[in-house]
Amino acid sequence: MVTAEQVWAAIGEIPDPEIPVISLVELGIIRNVAVDGNAVRIELTPTFLGCPALEVMRRSLEETVEELGAKPEVAVVHDDSWSTDRITPAGREKLRAAGLAPPAPRAAGETTLVQLQSKAFRCPYCGSTETRLENIFGPTPCRSIRWCVSCRQPFEQFKTI
Amino acid sequence: MSGVGSTEPQAEDAGVDGGFRDSSARAQLLLTLADDELILGWRDSEWTGIAPTLEEDVAFSSIAQNEIGHARALYELAASELGTDADALAFDREPGEYACAPLVELRLLDDWALTIARRFLYEQADRVRIAALTASSDGEVAGLAAKIDREEVYHRLHAELWAERLAGEPRFAAAVDELWPYALGVLEPEHRDELARLVGRELVPAHERGVHTDALELLWLEMTEVRRSIPGAQW
Repeated sequence: MVTAEQVWAAIGEIPDPEIPVISLVELGIIRNVAVDGNAVRIELTPTFLGCPALEVMRRSLEETVEELGAKPEVAVVHDDSWSTDRITPAGREKLRAAGLAPPAPRAAGETTLVQLQSKAFRCPYCGSTETRLENIFGPTPCRSIRWCVSCRQPFEQFKTI
Repeated sequence: MSGVGSTEPQAEDAGVDGGFRDSSARAQLLLTLADDELILGWRDSEWTGIAPTLEEDVAFSSIAQNEIGHARALYELAASELGTDADALAFDREPGEYACAPLVELRLLDDWALTIARRFLYEQADRVRIAALTASSDGEVAGLAAKIDREEVYHRLHAELWAERLAGEPRFAAAVDELWPYALGVLEPEHRDELARLVGRELVPAHERGVHTDALELLWLEMTEVRRSIPGAQW
């Protein structure tokens, strides 16, 4: 009989398909693991609804649970209860080390252009806050493109959701 | 949203036997939103590879991906009620069964001013109805609307940046004038005052939802080609 702890430990090894330096658990998108006898129900929230990695994540989770000898059910939760604030401290450091600046904290109100142009964004390479917004959009829905004025390097910024 | 979850007179029509037109008010609302997002996502994706700058190429591709992602989540919610799946709702209906607003159907490729005017007007209209939905007593609808709105924030910032940049440009002003009646048609009449206030314009007769533009047919032919060739195909 599998325990919830064993499931968490096993799925903790699954990397994010698009940002493999960080695991799904570190990304904070695994919302719940419930074990009932041989059945394991995992709740997952996509970072962005159009995330093309969703099906890959679902299959990885199912396969991992099956390897533990249990029967998986992966439910996708579509609500606003997940935020990039849920990325773990270890996960944030792994993002930064990979050159992907971790997201700013979710503000109380709606994000504004002034906030995106503020000094709250730190270059993941040199640590400078002298950075500017190049493009709200980037190579995946969850990223923006910024430019570091100090080390003259473009970098990717995880969007705050 | 008071009718959501109601088992009042329309309950008999809630089944799928009579097709999508007989679906409940809730499913119809979800399909209307999903169809708008799918068709606009498709239109925005037409700029992939040919937008005026590389930044806009990336922006339009990403926005299109988000809008189609919203459509998928909305279709899934409707599909669970209608006993079908998201792909069937997106690709297996006849053009006349789509509930999208004329604004999103227009083929604006080759006119950047109109394209930006549509993005700006659509996002403002969408903000009004999404805000109303996040207050819904239907937890699934309210939760999904709030999640969608988190992403739409970035679309609005993009559109507002452009609107600011193009303010005072006659060609952009003419484009907004031209699309304004279409933008009003995205919303139910009770929400139009708020849209007019948001964009600082007067109410005019709206280009209403319900009669499709000629542009939809061609888009539909392209969009559904795979599923019409191989029923049930997934890719």
